[in-house]
Amino acid sequence: MNSINDKIDAYGASLKLRAQRQQLLASNIANADTPGYKAVDFDFAAALNRATVSRLGLANTRSGHLPGRGGSLAGVDIKYRIPAQDAIDGNTVEIDREVSLFTQNALAYQARAQFLGDAIRQMRTAITGQG
Amino acid sequence: MGMFSLFDIAGSAMTAQSQRLSTIASNLANVDSSTSADGRPYRSRQVVFQVQALQDLRPSRRVAAGAIGLPQPEGAAGVRVARVVESEAPFRKVYQPGHPQADANGMVTYPNVDPVEEMTNMIAASRAYQFNAEVVNTSRTLLQRTLEIGR
Repeated sequence: MNSINDKIDAYGASLKLRAQRQQLLASNIANADTPGYKAVDFDFAAALNRATVSRLGLANTRSGHLPGRGGSLAGVDIKYRIPAQDAIDGNTVEIDREVSLFTQNALAYQARAQFLGDAIRQMRTAITGQG
Repeated sequence: MGMFSLFDIAGSAMTAQSQRLSTIASNLANVDSSTSADGRPYRSRQVVFQVQALQDLRPSRRVAAGAIGLPQPEGAAGVRVARVVESEAPFRKVYQPGHPQADANGMVTYPNVDPVEEMTNMIAASRAYQFNAEVVNTSRTLLQRTLEIGR
């Protein structure tokens, strides 16, 4: 049962980060022709790691306390992308790269949404005792 | 709420790109307009894009987010047309002595519109528009999937 809980937490965190990354990639696509715009992104694996693995945790001072967890979503480290080729107007968006990352991120989002739904259905099965 | 701002971002880009397309259409339509409203030949126009912070796309968003203590989204931004500039390139002169607008030497001044430049610009604008329309489509699918979680 706890493992289903863990799954739901992890998928939730992943969805949140994917949504945030989707926004950044959409900004990059929107600003593909804006002079001086610098493409942004963040390291998804590192951000997810920070949000789920390195939990701050709560101290269990009594035997009846449940183990707490305090993953943080606040600390997404947004960085500028290093372009393969510089543009004369100072714009660093490479549209083909951004579009492929956008599509990839969208698929990953859909996969996590599917897994999260499955975990919730699993939980419901456990509660009601019938599929 | 992150997913909803995708529509704002892509929407701002589509607005900006269609404004760019209108400017190009205006330039191409006036490629031979030897007089405009001010009596001078038409000057080629270009839009200038500028990054626009997400909360400025929809001011109500900032107020709503501030009221319930939501953190402002960072990093993501839309785009807008900052201004429209007129080209300073020299006008095209054509020798047409019979033309009513010909000067003493028989030269008629035509606009400084470069049709080749406009056509390439048009293709770039329409591609950019398509990419952003695709972003809107994808975002719609993602939101739909989000609504179906746990069903």
